[in-house]
Amino acid sequence: MIEKNIKILINEKACKKCGLCIAFCPTKVYASEGGKPLIVNLSACTNCKLCELRCPDYAIIVGGEDIE
Amino acid sequence: MRKELQKYFRNDKLPHIWCPGCGHGIITGAVIRAIDNLNLEQSKICIVSGIGCSSRAPGYMNFNTLHTTHGRALAFATGIKMANHDLKVIVLTGDGDCSAIGGNHFIHAARRNIDITTIVFNNSIYGMTSGQYSPMTPKGAFATTAPYGNIDRNFDLCKLGQSAGATYVARGTVYHVPQLIKLIEKALKHKGFSLIDVVDICPTYFGRRNKMGSPVIMMEKIREMSITAKTAAKLSPEELSGKIVIGEFCEEKAPEYTKEYNKIIKKAQGGNQNG
Repeated sequence: MIEKNIKILINEKACKKCGLCIAFCPTKVYASEGGKPLIVNLSACTNCKLCELRCPDYAIIVGGEDIE
Repeated sequence: MRKELQKYFRNDKLPHIWCPGCGHGIITGAVIRAIDNLNLEQSKICIVSGIGCSSRAPGYMNFNTLHTTHGRALAFATGIKMANHDLKVIVLTGDGDCSAIGGNHFIHAARRNIDITTIVFNNSIYGMTSGQYSPMTPKGAFATTAPYGNIDRNFDLCKLGQSAGATYVARGTVYHVPQLIKLIEKALKHKGFSLIDVVDICPTYFGRRNKMGSPVIMMEKIREMSITAKTAAKLSPEELSGKIVIGEFCEEKAPEYTKEYNKIIKKAQGGNQNG
């Protein structure tokens, strides 16, 4: 398997705690910490970016070296 | 937000005022991503909206934008497209804005097949004014003006658009975002009137009034109820009740309105009579 180098950036200020990212992550990368997403299983992330696309507040970025 | 998308937003206006879990942010993000994927020139795009929560979207988007009067987004958009054919005109409108007060503008924009992309933020309710029922509110659902349940029959905006003459009609949802982005891309590339009905969630007014619990539960409902247009074609009307049919419904070629108008101008100015 190719080594993954995936990063997830969360802008906590922008997050409104709707919980969509936590509920609909296909590989359960997130847990809820007072409603906000907490990354608990980064190794399971497949870089599908569904959380990023479904975040109504543009608070999540998922990617590899392309993000800062 | 991703660096490469920042130029499409008026970052000083963010964060937006939409409620936690509101699908409007998801649709706005999908529109931005579709524009970015197609590499459209920002200065050649004009985004027009009417009135409502959804119609705040252009305020956050860094393009030529117009926030107009209730239901009249398509009327303004028609004027813009007629005056400047080179602009890519996109209308962002709500279900109340488009199907109720703007119903006639919608029918005639579709009938003319004018090159405008209309994206309906269909959250089944008038959210901005605290949750009155709209023509898109499902039968039996509750609203501030339907405290005992809505008795209106269900209404299909895609069918209306199609029968009025829209040449690209599709439905997406805020759950199926990758598909939604593709549908918007196709609509933007289409020459003629294109309609995307986006099934959206309003957790605050529709969700609370209908005791749906949370944005997550509303999204799960959309996931459960959605079936593709291909599957739907094989089902009976009974089997289809309570389903959201998503995908493309029509893609046709027909004379586009501004092109026809140009021909008339040429003719009036004594140019080629047939051209």
